[in-house]
Amino acid sequence: MIPLSSYLILGAIMFAISIAGIFINRKNVIVLLMCIELMLLAVNINFIAFSHFLGDSAGQIFVFFILTVAAAEAAIGLAILVVLFRNRQTINVTELNSMKG
Amino acid sequence: MSFFEIVFYAFSTLMVVSALGVVGAKNPVHSALFLVLTFFATSAIWLLLEAEFLAITLVLVYVGAVMVMFLFVVMMLDINIARMRAGVMRYAPFGVAIALLLIAQMVMIVGPEHFGLQAFALPQPHAADYSNTRELGLILYTDYVYAFELASVILLVAIVAAISLTLRRKANTRRQTPGQQMRVMKQDRLRIIKMKAEEKQ
Repeated sequence: MIPLSSYLILGAIMFAISIAGIFINRKNVIVLLMCIELMLLAVNINFIAFSHFLGDSAGQIFVFFILTVAAAEAAIGLAILVVLFRNRQTINVTELNSMKG
Repeated sequence: MSFFEIVFYAFSTLMVVSALGVVGAKNPVHSALFLVLTFFATSAIWLLLEAEFLAITLVLVYVGAVMVMFLFVVMMLDINIARMRAGVMRYAPFGVAIALLLIAQMVMIVGPEHFGLQAFALPQPHAADYSNTRELGLILYTDYVYAFELASVILLVAIVAAISLTLRRKANTRRQTPGQQMRVMKQDRLRIIKMKAEEKQ
């Protein structure tokens, strides 16, 4: 049978992949948002695994709220992105330097 | 290998490969589609962990709503991919090194010697008539009811913010101004003239 450590290692691998993704795609804001979604997913795997192995449903409730907040964050982030593209015709992070002092 | 192990390893391999696809795909549309595949594999893993409600929610809410929104935005924006990809390889070694370091450290902490079967025994599987949704509902609407209502307020704020950010007022839209409508007087609209009654010809 599958021990708890397998699920935790799977979550750790997913988290590391999304951190590498933020380093690699640091110019493209859309892929950065997708990497943040992947990070939240990795954390959720840990929550659900612990909830299963400890027999406590509170972990699943926590995942429910994380999903809610992540959906709200994605909606607002994409709205900001659309406004940004409308005003600047670019979403390249290195060109968004108008607030530089 | 038992059936559970086959399912676990198959879907976790699919998940890791598609997560690498999200990170490495050249086209953002492909990234979004790989992310959909990752969510499907994750929901299969959550089914193994007897979190049926959240597995279905992940597919319905994430794949059905959030990822469709991502795809809309990716296709709406006209992105110059070639310029986006310039200089990617410069930071790739850093990213890979940090990821490997992170995996090594995390495996040392959460590896089998601390979280193996000796430390956390396998839980008793639930009976066939166990309802995960009922179980979650029982504590969501009692112990966590304030958090639940706060979550609904957060979603409302997200709706208002997203709409007010992207709403565009066009210059030639015809709209009512209620203040002007209220201030209008009788003499502005109505003119009474005196004239003789006309005879029938």
